Amino acid sequence: MTLSYILTILVSGLKLGAIYAIVAIGYSIVYGILRLINFAHGDIMTVGIYIILVLMNRAGLPIYVSILASVAISVFVGLLIERLAYRPLRDATEETTLISSLAVSALLQNILLLCFGAQRQPFMLPGFLTQGHTIGSVNFTNINIITFIITAIFLVALFLLLSKTKIGIAMRACSENMKAARLMGISVNKVVMVAFAIGSGMAVIAGFLLAGEYKTVYPSLGFVPGLKAFCAAVIGGIGSLGGAVAGAFIIGVTEILFAGLMPTSYTAYRDAFVFLLMVVVLLFRPNGLFGSTKGERS
Amino acid sequence: MLKIQDLVVKYGGITAVDGISLEIGQGETVALIGANGAGKSTTLQAVSSLVKIASGKIFFEGKDITKAGADAIVKMGLVHVPEGRQIFTRLSVEDNLRMGAYLSKDKKRDEKNREWVMDLFPILRERARQVAGTLSGGEQQMLAIGRALMSNPKMLLLDEPSMGLSPIITQQVFQVLRKLKEEGITIFLIEQNAYDALEISERAYIMESGRITLSDRSDVLISDERVKDAYLGGAV
Ligand SMILES: Nc1ncnc2c1ncn2[C@@H]1O[C@H](COP(=O)(O)OP(=O)(O)OP(=O)(O)O)[C@@H](O)[C@H]1O
Ligand SMILES: [Mg+2]
Repeated sequence: MTLSYILTILVSGLKLGAIYAIVAIGYSIVYGILRLINFAHGDIMTVGIYIILVLMNRAGLPIYVSILASVAISVFVGLLIERLAYRPLRDATEETTLISSLAVSALLQNILLLCFGAQRQPFMLPGFLTQGHTIGSVNFTNINIITFIITAIFLVALFLLLSKTKIGIAMRACSENMKAARLMGISVNKVVMVAFAIGSGMAVIAGFLLAGEYKTVYPSLGFVPGLKAFCAAVIGGIGSLGGAVAGAFIIGVTEILFAGLMPTSYTAYRDAFVFLLMVVVLLFRPNGLFGSTKGERS
Repeated sequence: MLKIQDLVVKYGGITAVDGISLEIGQGETVALIGANGAGKSTTLQAVSSLVKIASGKIFFEGKDITKAGADAIVKMGLVHVPEGRQIFTRLSVEDNLRMGAYLSKDKKRDEKNREWVMDLFPILRERARQVAGTLSGGEQQMLAIGRALMSNPKMLLLDEPSMGLSPIITQQVFQVLRKLKEEGITIFLIEQNAYDALEISERAYIMESGRITLSDRSDVLISDERVKDAYLGGAV
């Protein structure tokens, strides 16, 4: 086991972490405002990937156009789900909305199954994106660099939105005290829709990066990465965006280190390992690493 | 300016407000006094559309706002400063004020209102960049009132602004309310602190278990035996 091998898997770990971070932020924003654990979030990702595939392969659109169109369509799907499945349950308990989100997740997976079948379909990135480089003794590809750049742009954009713009500050206000936010004239529906739009749009980009990594797509593809992103948000302290990002990188890196350093007979347990990691963190820090101890909303 | 007709509000089986009617004229300061659990806060929440109304009607400036949304009501200039301040503790003082002007699209007017609020409460200028959760109780109450003023209200609904404040800070808050009164803002004030409330208001309503049991000019009520016994501790 050479240093260059370790550095190379470290790069893939950071890349996976960057993708999880994009998904985890979506979970966290929505949870912060609605106290809704949206288990369908990972499946929006899958929907987005299939739309990209259809637009590219059947409609013959260029890849970048397909991605942007898929973002737009998936944002619409995300808003539709919010309107139909979650808004009617606005005053219900957390458990109720959680079950509703599991139902939406199953529904989306089955719609995809119906439309595209259960078999895996190849998902190949264009050659340019997979072109490899070696710096010193570390191997990485263009898509690695692009992943880091995209994640960085998303994080900066989100930070600016939440700290500088009126709607962004209103989102933070809502997540702290929804009643008081309504007394300011803030429309909770609008804030929730912005949260879902951001989450769904970013999930599609994450889905594209993830499918490029797996080189394939199938109807349940997004579910497990979605769960891991959820773990990331929980490890970081759910509702805390910085925590979600930190949690995502922790999970991405440890997952890849586990897969890369353990004997191959154990690598099948990498998903289980991630969930175990979450349980262990929660044993010692019940509110996550960066979660506040008084996270309840007044 | 504000007119409530036969308002009934229920929480499940409990009737919190049991058919009250009242009216507040433009420029008036009116107090609503009553013991814990009388239904005072619920009345204000019904006006600002935070709780569902079982029956009855509410009018603001002649318009029926019974079914209006919370944002429409703020837009009309009727703003509620809730019980327990409910400031956004994780936002800065400045951002709290910005949220107060959430519906405004007039940046110049916002800027003017900000200056006005910071002149009324100079401590907010000093603390502008501080996270609001670190303010003292009195400062938080000032922020809650200042935040409401950012939207240029015609009428304020104030729910126990003196709650938990020392006598000195309470007097400071009432001093500001007097100024707002002079500026022509109509005020509907809930208070446990009945003496101060009766002193600042022209008229008052007494509420008991969801009903209005007495209403009169404040200077009359302040020397009424029943009010003295029940709300002024007989001490005045
Ligand atoms: N969210 C709620 N769910 C159920 N019951 C409630 C709720 N809010 C208030 N109540 C009940 O309604 C009644 C009136 O409450 P309200 O808060 O309006 O009283 P209040 O006059 O403001 O009292 P206080 O002076 O203590 O603030 C009380 O009996 C209270 O227990
Ligand atoms: Mg009350």
